[in-house]
Amino acid sequence: MEMDRQAELNALRPDLLRFARLQLRDAGAAEDAVQETMLAALLGGHRFESRSSYKTWLISILRNKIIDIIRGQSREITVTSLAADEDGDDMLMESLFDQRGHWQATAQPSRWADPEASFEQQQFWIVFEACLDHLPEKTARVFMMREFLGFETDEICKETGISSSNCWVVLHRARMGLRTCLETRWFAGTGT
Amino acid sequence: MLNCKQATELMSQEQDRPLTLSERIGLRLHVWICIGCDNYRRQMNVLRAACRRFGGWDGH
Repeated sequence: MEMDRQAELNALRPDLLRFARLQLRDAGAAEDAVQETMLAALLGGHRFESRSSYKTWLISILRNKIIDIIRGQSREITVTSLAADEDGDDMLMESLFDQRGHWQATAQPSRWADPEASFEQQQFWIVFEACLDHLPEKTARVFMMREFLGFETDEICKETGISSSNCWVVLHRARMGLRTCLETRWFAGTGT
Repeated sequence: MLNCKQATELMSQEQDRPLTLSERIGLRLHVWICIGCDNYRRQMNVLRAACRRFGGWDGH
């Protein structure tokens, strides 16, 4: 049985828009990318048995649209604007590590039980998105270029005008922020 | 000997570039004796898997 494609597309539209907004941080550009994605989806001839596989396919189209938009933009994230993110990140690092650079007793990372089972829960993705939103803006953009759009770091350097060592620092801070948020808000108590 | 803070930097960078031999050895020794960092390393892999899933990389 094939789904009612138009209805599914409308139902998934808010998800697509959120995904685009997270990465483009520009409501107009996000709207355009989603429109183009929906048009391409309606013209495409694939058949899908489930909403989740349909969504995966749509997101992959949208991802390519977002990559095109980012590549078309001039250097928008500059080193100076990244510097504004750093104060909050330093505070996070201080709360996690002692002066010798060891984990604070309360901050020691725990073993996350069965992440695959978490991925199956819709609630997990709500928390995941909230944690992404919680990252400083420029940090989040660099992270999403790397992890959602699949840019290599040298390409991120080129598109954003930051050095590779700066890029690694920003990615490290993004990952530290995200895993700390997930540990607190989702995985706390699941592990050993 | 690496401390945990330095180890987390390398564990992030290993997601983005091949580590040098001495970095790999230093990290392996550290993770061997540090449960927190061993867990952190697993968490980095979970993050990547979550991002792949979120970004629609699965299967297409």
